[in-house]
Amino acid sequence: MTQRLVVIGNGMAGARTVEEILARNGDFTVTMFGDEPYGNYNRIMLSNLLAGVETEEGIFLNDLSWYQENGITLNAGVKIARIDKDSKIVIAEDGSATPYDKLIIATGSYSWTPPMKNVHNPKRGYHQGVFAFRTLDDTRGMIRYARDHERAVVIGGGLLGLEAARGLQNHVSHVTLLHAMGHLMERQLDPKAGAMLQASVEGKLGIEVVTNAMTTEILGKDRVTGVKLADGRVIDCDVVVIAAGIRPNTEMVANSGLPVERGIVVDDQMRVEGEQDIYSVGECAQHRGNLYGLVAPLWDQAKVLADHITGTTEVAYTGSKLHTKLKVAGIDVASMGLIAPEHDTDEVVVYNEPKKGVYKQLIIRDDVLVGAVLVGDNSKAASLIQAFDRGTPLPEERAGLIFDLGGAVEESAEDMPDDAQVCNCNGVSKGAICGAVADGCKTVSGVMDKTRAGKGCGTCKPLVQRIVEWANGGAAEEDPAASWYVPGVPMPKPELMAAIRKYELKSVSSVFDTLVPGAQHDAKSKMGLASLLKMMWADEYVDERDARFINDRVHGNIQRDGTFSVVPQMKGGVTTPAQLRKIAEVAEKYDVPMVKLTGGQRIDLLGVPKEKLPAMWADLDMPSGYAYAKSFRTVKTCVGSDFCRFGVGDSTALGIALEERYQGLEGPGKMKLAVTGCPRNCAEAYVKDLGVVAIDGGRWEIYVGGAAGAHIRKGDLLTTVDSPEEVIRLTGRFLQYYRENANWLERTYSFVPRIGVDRIREIVVEDSDGIAAALDAAVEEAVQAYKDPWKERAEPATPGQFRTSLPLTVLPQVPVRS
Amino acid sequence: MTISAIEKTVIGSIDDIPLGEGRTFTVEDEMIAVFRLRDGSLRAVSAVCPHKGGPLADGQIDNRVVVCPLHLFSWDLATGCSQSGQPPITVYPVRVDGDLIVLGE
Repeated sequence: MTQRLVVIGNGMAGARTVEEILARNGDFTVTMFGDEPYGNYNRIMLSNLLAGVETEEGIFLNDLSWYQENGITLNAGVKIARIDKDSKIVIAEDGSATPYDKLIIATGSYSWTPPMKNVHNPKRGYHQGVFAFRTLDDTRGMIRYARDHERAVVIGGGLLGLEAARGLQNHVSHVTLLHAMGHLMERQLDPKAGAMLQASVEGKLGIEVVTNAMTTEILGKDRVTGVKLADGRVIDCDVVVIAAGIRPNTEMVANSGLPVERGIVVDDQMRVEGEQDIYSVGECAQHRGNLYGLVAPLWDQAKVLADHITGTTEVAYTGSKLHTKLKVAGIDVASMGLIAPEHDTDEVVVYNEPKKGVYKQLIIRDDVLVGAVLVGDNSKAASLIQAFDRGTPLPEERAGLIFDLGGAVEESAEDMPDDAQVCNCNGVSKGAICGAVADGCKTVSGVMDKTRAGKGCGTCKPLVQRIVEWANGGAAEEDPAASWYVPGVPMPKPELMAAIRKYELKSVSSVFDTLVPGAQHDAKSKMGLASLLKMMWADEYVDERDARFINDRVHGNIQRDGTFSVVPQMKGGVTTPAQLRKIAEVAEKYDVPMVKLTGGQRIDLLGVPKEKLPAMWADLDMPSGYAYAKSFRTVKTCVGSDFCRFGVGDSTALGIALEERYQGLEGPGKMKLAVTGCPRNCAEAYVKDLGVVAIDGGRWEIYVGGAAGAHIRKGDLLTTVDSPEEVIRLTGRFLQYYRENANWLERTYSFVPRIGVDRIREIVVEDSDGIAAALDAAVEEAVQAYKDPWKERAEPATPGQFRTSLPLTVLPQVPVRS
Repeated sequence: MTISAIEKTVIGSIDDIPLGEGRTFTVEDEMIAVFRLRDGSLRAVSAVCPHKGGPLADGQIDNRVVVCPLHLFSWDLATGCSQSGQPPITVYPVRVDGDLIVLGE
């Protein structure tokens, strides 16, 4: 039966809770009461409104039409005077009574005014020229008044006070910030960070800051002329803004006989203590002794309340870990957990660069982050907040926690404008990502599928994740498929491989038929599965043409216009005049629009129509280099010892030997290698999936996990060996270990740090797990199973295999037969 | 969902399209990609990807979707609706008649 839900409070908490209830199809007729005569708006954005970077329109979360569309009766500007819990009605100040079956109290907070003389005018509330900073009306009044005045004082050096000071600079020429405590933001920052922030606020923004400043009196009779401090100092001003803190709005609730301590006392289901049908959420609610004044906990509470009220029984709010990450008056500040160590054993990591205004402090207990303060640089805030929230063990390299060590700089999701391009491959903006979230995609992978963001080179994935989390209000929903190897088969890699072995599944279709509920095939999983099966079964793999990507079906690399490129094999980058001549002749004969050297030291014949491929391959009569698929690609080499003055090892010969042996090897990601003949590194071996560097004394260093593509990473030294044979053997063993253990599309630059190079060394070099022989045997089997795929070039494997799929040329019309 | 009315046309033999693949045909100046699903049935959609003009007939399919080979945007083969934020593609009626592929109602 439809129940009557009444919500007192139309702010962020009240409206959000109603949104959550609507999203769960709760069967309610909803009536809302709000003090303010508006729909609900984002109070956090009032600072931006004051600063002139946001319009009033832009801060509304739900305008009045939202209430209409959702059948909500909104009583805006109507204040509730009393709750009669026995009769289950709420009585408004205008005398009207509204019955409820369920009641939610979300009355939020009011701006607290510290005791000081002359702050109120007996006739009209605040003294003219004195403003609180809490509501849209406060902000409007402040802007109107400040416009005609010169000097402003802001009382309160917390977040809000700083924001107010920054915003007021837009309207008056001089702003002084008074803070009663010893340093700014003392609840979030330690004294050093507070001092650093103060220096930035003064130096960069030109806001005068006075700490230990207890304001005792507003001076001036008809208009404000200044404020007086406890120590007798007088600060001249004509506008005063009070931002000294907030207090929960609980008076009416307490007067109605409900339990109120610091806030309205609620249990883990957000029920008011002792009440079955009355709930409270947001800043006015006191949960397990805590009051929350930030938006993220409020959203968690709204979810729990909505779940509970719509019938989910097993749901509880257990409190929130508090963290903030924001620009305070234009300066990056982040804070979470402890601001000072509590135990002797707490590890404190501090970085302090006063000249730049950068300060970072971490407090670590038992390898877990229990507190962090960042000022002046928030680039690592997102990952620290994640580590703090989840309590995950921290990496040994603490420096990486506070600096970007060669990685991409983390942009703040919140600070980016809507039209900022996030995915530079597929041209996806922050707005498009947020739009997908708003349309109901709550998981990172869901948003990536929907928008294609992060589906190009993949470097933007962490940013996409942060934006999705931000758009979701702090955390994206867990995607159950996140741990699956491919999206269409509900199993992580080890389980999937075990099942494939158990049922002896040797073709892609048999995997779908056996392991997917409903035997549903999935086009997007085929490539990953084909690669996995080929790795597992070598020559026993049952090749199905529809499991092949187009490149594998026609043995060319598809280009943006639907043509293909032909890349003759050129092992180690070495060729002969005869080969060059032949390539040139073929290129001329087939009118190849572009002949290009590739990054992998090969010749690329670009722009070949599909239908010309077989004839071209026949004329070339050279094997193709692997220029496609997730497979072993090339081995780049330098000149080496034969000709180079500095070469200490024959990199060319070793590169050719490696390429010859491991050609065509498929894996979860591309495998690009290089061998360089001396540490001058002309072949760029330090930034390859596996790079080999000749060093003096006939020895070879092997690096793994390097990258110089979308990601740049210097490989980790795996080991140093004495002979080329040893390099070839360990290369195969490492690649096989990677093939068996990496996630689909996980390149070595992610895989190696994930497993850890020390662990990989134990397994691959020292054989700590006793699997080295098995790895060697598996890679040997794969090598033996290699077949030159270009053998089928003369004889199409399927009808129309090489027929064009694009209107590059006008196709003959199909005759119409009736 | 866009379904195009097209005159009934026999466009070739079912053997022209291997199971699980697609081929392009031109009918009445329209480029149409016809796919033969693993269950033997056919689907026909406009042949050019609305994203960057990729050849959909070269895409990978299952029984529901086709994935463009260029940037892996995907469409529902029955409705033409994009699954990845792109405009819809046109769906054409197609069926098997004996061993012939018949396009249009």
